[in-house]
Amino acid sequence: MLTIEELKVEIGGKPILKNINMHVPAGETHILFGPNGSGKSTLMLTIMGFAGCEVVHGKITFKGHDITHMPINERARLGIGVAFQRPPTINGLKTRQLVEICAGERPVSVKDLARDLNFEHFLERDVNQNFSGGEIKRSEILQLLAQDPDLVMLDEPESGVDLENIALLGEMINRLLHRGVKYAASVSHLEKKSARPKSALVITHTGHILDYITADRGQVLYDGHLCCSRNAREILQWISQYGYEECFRCAM
Amino acid sequence: MRDVDPDPVDLNRYDTRAEAHAYLDDLTQLPAEDVRKLLDVGVSTGDGDRAGTFFQMDRSVVHCKTTQPGVEILGITEAAARHEWLKDYLWRHIQPDQDAYTAHSRQLPHEGYFIRAEAGVKVAHPVQSCLYIAKQGFAQNVHNVVIAEPGSDLHIITGCATAPHLTSGLHIGISEFYVKKGARLTFTMIHDWGQKVDVRPRSVTVVEEGGVLVSNYISLRPLGTLQMFPATYLRGPGAVGRFNSILVASRGSRLDVGSRIVLEAPDTRAEIISRAITYGGDIIARGDLVGKAAGIKAHLECKGLILNDGLMQAIPELTGHVPGVEMSHEAAVGKIDRREIEYLMARGVDEETAVSTIVRGFLNVDIEGLPPQLQAKLDQAIADTQKDMM
Repeated sequence: MLTIEELKVEIGGKPILKNINMHVPAGETHILFGPNGSGKSTLMLTIMGFAGCEVVHGKITFKGHDITHMPINERARLGIGVAFQRPPTINGLKTRQLVEICAGERPVSVKDLARDLNFEHFLERDVNQNFSGGEIKRSEILQLLAQDPDLVMLDEPESGVDLENIALLGEMINRLLHRGVKYAASVSHLEKKSARPKSALVITHTGHILDYITADRGQVLYDGHLCCSRNAREILQWISQYGYEECFRCAM
Repeated sequence: MRDVDPDPVDLNRYDTRAEAHAYLDDLTQLPAEDVRKLLDVGVSTGDGDRAGTFFQMDRSVVHCKTTQPGVEILGITEAAARHEWLKDYLWRHIQPDQDAYTAHSRQLPHEGYFIRAEAGVKVAHPVQSCLYIAKQGFAQNVHNVVIAEPGSDLHIITGCATAPHLTSGLHIGISEFYVKKGARLTFTMIHDWGQKVDVRPRSVTVVEEGGVLVSNYISLRPLGTLQMFPATYLRGPGAVGRFNSILVASRGSRLDVGSRIVLEAPDTRAEIISRAITYGGDIIARGDLVGKAAGIKAHLECKGLILNDGLMQAIPELTGHVPGVEMSHEAAVGKIDRREIEYLMARGVDEETAVSTIVRGFLNVDIEGLPPQLQAKLDQAIADTQKDMM
């Protein structure tokens, strides 16, 4: 699904990603661990194609297409979707309108999706205007559900979410990834049947989200390098026990 | 005074004479192209959803009609003849010698409207008025008076426009509005002038105890120069003044638009919100809030976007004369945030669509009291204007 080869990325002339090689096969969920400033968000923004993340070396391939220098919207149309951690506020644009934009040509009931996310009351609010951390997460997941990408990238989906909502969010993420979960009433039988698992790349600090989603693999990003690639729960355990530095040393 | 004109208009360039236009019993008798211009500024030619209509072409009152008892709509000359007391309302708050335009208008008046809601009367539908320039190079000098008597609720939509193909003209509007005790006036003004038309409105509103003035101003189409700085005096306790404006300036257009609200009584509230976009023209967006009594609250929000090029100047001013005033402002001038564009692109739309979506949102100020049809018309006008901007 997604292949990254020898990727080097700079932001404002400063090297952030130094040599990234990565492969996310179809239907797999990969977890990306790493301390603050290690380049996790940069990697996601680079895969999405954001200006400012300058690819100075290497190649990103998605579904067989070289997307290294493709405009953002074309990547989105190819099937890449990202839930941002701190998305911008857009004054005057209603959340409902944005979800409709995400749906594009797909027939989507915005109201039903919002109801499943307990987010109906926010549809007439300006996009991200004074949203709390948890509200931003639900808004982002709602947009992705409408967008229905084949590669889902989630940047710290659990941060700022209260305990009451994290289970709901986990359930909706599983639905987004087409992972065996109980479906809400708004999902048709056909949709359930045709649902093959999506690929995902998930950034997490705390690992709490692992209680709700099934991870196939974990990777650790440290100082612009990917080190260690193995079972996500094992990695989480090691990190909490020995810290990132030890984890990085082990990989050497 | 703030009414210093950055683009003085040579009054001699304009003709103050125009032939008289015949009275029309029905606005549908107008030529189709004129009707289209009226619709563009929110004026409908049917009676169905309006409490009354005033229509002036050049210097002639061409149509004047009320469909709701207790709502009076007249040309100002006829109103002065009918009501002896009207003289107390004329030139009460505006000095004829305050500037050359006002003096000119005093000297050579060309009608204007008189709209009054009697005490306690609440209009079911808006009253509409239209000041129209049909003659090329004409200087139209109108004097308008609006009175919302105690406890009344009056909504006026006024559209000012020029005939299609007309490029040059001058419009001077002297307006004196009175919102009496417990009354509410919603005044929505939509301008659609010709390419080189100069516009100099001069307006003062006095709001008494518990009265509410909501004033909306929308100018999306190209014009020559516009300079106005309407003043509102919140004279009675608890009075409220709210101003919303949406301004778009194309190349060659110069807009100097602001409002001043003077909060003279305790517990008065004022809010000025403006959204301005230039794509080649110049906009000066002013706002001046003056707090003269304790317990007042006033806020000013002025946001400007420069697309491509143009000049945008935001001049917010706050003056507190006593302790206990609460006044704030928020002003921003800039370009569209790249992050917003990329955020939308990540949802699958191309850059151009992303920019136009953001611009439409920027101009989408929820304007109070607009009938749904007019709101739809405005949304369409914003969408059309956008095509020119891109």
